[in-house]
Amino acid sequence: MGYTKDQLLARLQELRIEFSKYEHPVVLTVEAQAKHVGNVGASLSKNLFLKDKKQRFYIVSALADTKVDLKVLSQRLGLGKGGLRMAPEEALGEILQVPLGCVTPFALVNESARHVSLLLDQGFKSQQGCLFHPLSNDTSISLNTLSLDKFLKSIGRDPSYVDLEANPKVGKDQPPDLAALVPSDSIVLPEFAEGAPPSEHSNENHAATDVKPKAVKAKAVKTPAVAEKIRDDTVSQHGEQLGAVVSDTLRKRLSSELKNLAIMFKNTAYTEGFHAGTHHQPKRP
Amino acid sequence: MEKREERAVEEGAAAAAGGEAEAAAEAEAEVNPWEVSGKIDYDKLIDKFGCQRLDQSLIDRVQRLTSRAPHVFLRRGVFFAHRDFNEILDAYERGDKFYLYTGRGPSSEALHLGHLIPFMFTKYLQDAFKVPLVIQLTDDEKCMWKNISVEESQRLARENAKDIIACGFDVTRTFIFSDFDYVGGAFYKNMVKVAKCVTYNKVVGIFGFTGEDHIGKVSFPPVQAVPSFPSSFPHLFNGKDHLRCLIPCAIDQDPYFRMTRDVAPRLGYHKPALIESSFFPALQGDTGKMSASDPNSAIYVTDSAKDIKDKINRYAFTGGQDTKEKQRLYGANLEVDIPVKYLSFFLEDDDELEHIKTEYGSGRMLTFDVKKRLTEILVEIVERHRRARAAVTDEMVDAFMAVRPLPSMFG
Repeated sequence: MGYTKDQLLARLQELRIEFSKYEHPVVLTVEAQAKHVGNVGASLSKNLFLKDKKQRFYIVSALADTKVDLKVLSQRLGLGKGGLRMAPEEALGEILQVPLGCVTPFALVNESARHVSLLLDQGFKSQQGCLFHPLSNDTSISLNTLSLDKFLKSIGRDPSYVDLEANPKVGKDQPPDLAALVPSDSIVLPEFAEGAPPSEHSNENHAATDVKPKAVKAKAVKTPAVAEKIRDDTVSQHGEQLGAVVSDTLRKRLSSELKNLAIMFKNTAYTEGFHAGTHHQPKRP
Repeated sequence: MEKREERAVEEGAAAAAGGEAEAAAEAEAEVNPWEVSGKIDYDKLIDKFGCQRLDQSLIDRVQRLTSRAPHVFLRRGVFFAHRDFNEILDAYERGDKFYLYTGRGPSSEALHLGHLIPFMFTKYLQDAFKVPLVIQLTDDEKCMWKNISVEESQRLARENAKDIIACGFDVTRTFIFSDFDYVGGAFYKNMVKVAKCVTYNKVVGIFGFTGEDHIGKVSFPPVQAVPSFPSSFPHLFNGKDHLRCLIPCAIDQDPYFRMTRDVAPRLGYHKPALIESSFFPALQGDTGKMSASDPNSAIYVTDSAKDIKDKINRYAFTGGQDTKEKQRLYGANLEVDIPVKYLSFFLEDDDELEHIKTEYGSGRMLTFDVKKRLTEILVEIVERHRRARAAVTDEMVDAFMAVRPLPSMFG
């Protein structure tokens, strides 16, 4: 199960890592966060959860003012020009185990995130303190890079600071300078279709996620019945309603699987009770 | 009423006996609880047995009463015949519930898809009508007919119970029992009452026993008959002597229940109603039902995805043409094509099935595509079953088989 804010803070205290804690109402964006902790003498960070075409995931943590260009970053990582995009919402929950608006380097404390690569803004180093969410949107903690590094090392991570605004040439003779930061393992998520909408606090502009053509290629869509439905002929047959038809099929399958699970659960629970009842020792008088 | 049925029973028996003689001459199909062979004409069977066709109006009625889509087996005519199903529905409409009774003869550990069909349908009936179910495991029958030891038949019964439970029955509404464990008490009293109403000659006529058959066989039929009477289960239906019973089964079981229906009024019970299915054809074709003794005639619930793919590709009898060109010209013979028949059992989407039939029949679709789709569906079914089966423990079997009250069985 994912770490809670309290567990993380306890961990930090155990490791004697210095940090200041600020509690505030739940915030989902840097702007909102700024209203509450903008004047505490620490720098706000913006945190992006990204993925590439090969199901590898990255957290880019930068000062709020640093300009992060995903196209440049993608090239520097050796992923080509359009290789990086915002990770889908589901991945946030599955991999980082944090809610929306809560991407933070601290999410790497979770086992599920062990293959996520972390890119830290070089700019953090010159700050007195930087603000991050400690796995929850209703708190921010500020700590300097020494403290952050101590934490990252404690979970077996090597902190990598990068000049995120740099735009070095990448070509035949100039290999991508950040290639070493690409994770060695991809993360396979439970089935859900490609092209799910990007997380809310993205202010990058994507070409409107082309759900249909992506789905026609249908590599990520594992359920064969659904892939069958989304063929060229069914696309022309159902036209605009293909979405409704496919979602209807999915709903039916999910609903029937859920029912089967519910019955198994009921039977298991009854069996436990039955076993307990039949082995029950009557109270001694 | 009884006299008419008695005569029908006798005629049926005579026809069965006569059928044996004709078989040599005309290769007519043989259908009885221990043998099913030959090309089966279901219309003739309905006439010969004297049961009714399950027509669309009944299916619509089921839909109305249960407020859900009728099961795919009803829509496709897999369950195609019945006795007094309309009376069950009449009573249900009046607020008089019924209970379900089905069973299995645990002759082998290996269950195939054909075995699962009545259970899949029974589960649907249980969920749709919200009624209790008793499942009889005739371990004694298999011990006698298959000549296996008592312990082995009991062991098989428990193993089969796990597969049955995996079909998704609700433990708060289901009682599974094995004959060796349960026969006695009120159940046995009913057995004796039934036995007293059936003469030796009649049972020979219905089931074809000879002087060489041992007396165990001869006295077995009441065992399969009495679960149709609610008083056989005092821990469940105490005081509910007028509760009706509906028996989903394959049509080869009809002789047992003809006998039971004949006897019921004489004992003061309602006749059990029946809802009967056709046979799930063997992979190699329309010549009979799947047999547990021929592994390539059937898809087993223990088959891997690869096994299923190989079996469908190699052994399924197809109505497709020999070559792609011929196929595109003439189309496939849907009458004999096994993959399409299997799809009609298991492909839930009516539109997709129609599409496949039209395209395949006209030759625009190839056998390969149909087989591929079928394999997908069967793999899904078998995987689901395996997952469910893995969750069934011995304690769960004990719970299902415990003689216990089921307070929410009609809820």
